[in-house]
Amino acid sequence: MRPLQILTIPDERLKQDSAPVTEFDDNLREFVARLELTRQQGPAAVGIAAPQVGHFQRIAIVDCSNTRKPVPNHGNLVLINPEITHWDGYEVGREGCLSVPDYTGNVIRATQIRLRASDEHGEEKEYEMEGYEARAVQHEIDHLDGILFIDRVVSRRTDLFKRKVYR
Amino acid sequence: MSNWYMLTLTGEDQPGIVARVTQALFERDMILGEASMLRLGGNFTIMMMVGGGLDVPALEQALEPVTGALGLSLHIDPMRGGLHRHVPPNLMVRVSGADRAGIVARVTGVLAETGFNILDLESDVAGTAEKPVYIMQIAGVATVPLESLETAVSDLRDEGIEVNISPVEMLVG
Repeated sequence: MRPLQILTIPDERLKQDSAPVTEFDDNLREFVARLELTRQQGPAAVGIAAPQVGHFQRIAIVDCSNTRKPVPNHGNLVLINPEITHWDGYEVGREGCLSVPDYTGNVIRATQIRLRASDEHGEEKEYEMEGYEARAVQHEIDHLDGILFIDRVVSRRTDLFKRKVYR
Repeated sequence: MSNWYMLTLTGEDQPGIVARVTQALFERDMILGEASMLRLGGNFTIMMMVGGGLDVPALEQALEPVTGALGLSLHIDPMRGGLHRHVPPNLMVRVSGADRAGIVARVTGVLAETGFNILDLESDVAGTAEKPVYIMQIAGVATVPLESLETAVSDLRDEGIEVNISPVEMLVG
């Protein structure tokens, strides 16, 4: 099995919406296996989304089980038709992307999410996630909606902290 | 690419400076690399990597109509290095304390002793005119463990300087 070719900016296809998966068959599972192989070939990628290899279906893989510093995680996750059903909190973190070589930037993401997704066999699952893993999922779901992290980078001087609201 | 220069421009801020400077460069076939524009104390400041065939006198001449008209100071250094040399930070240091002379030297001195390499530093004076507070964010690369840095900065905390160190975990996806 060979890895797939990663699309990089400014490839217009990265901006396109991906369609939901309807057939949970061997073709899907074979594609997921190749997508995972491609992720593993990338430089230290904790996630990958199907549109990054020119396949426009709502498929992503996230695996935060092997970070330099251990973080709370759910292992290797195949996320088909993922949907975030609940967000809470936000923080800034530094992101890079296989599709955006030689650039990293600060992005604001929710710190806690509830996620619903199917696995590659069509079984629907729910996850509660936090921190780094939640960030990875948000980054990958963005790909499914044609959004790159460079569309969300905050400026150096952006006010990153919640201001107290006085009434 | 024949030559890269580091071009520094400062002056009174007004709308349109970046547009006029970069247009003048574009008209002389110069290209831009990394650039950083900031307002510091209400002043316009920019440093930009500029590449192309012009030498320093020709570059000065090309920009003179703009810098003259806008009252900007211009400084040009030939530079080594080039694009695609990014180093991601692995540590963020946030500092705050009652403003007094020497606070930056004190904090960065302690960091330097550990081999910490600053990639990005921003500082500002907040608070009020009567009670100014110095606030600084430093992103950089540490080659020693976080615990060693924590030990190194503990003296600063005793001096009333708030120092908060947190790892920057880069995510690639």
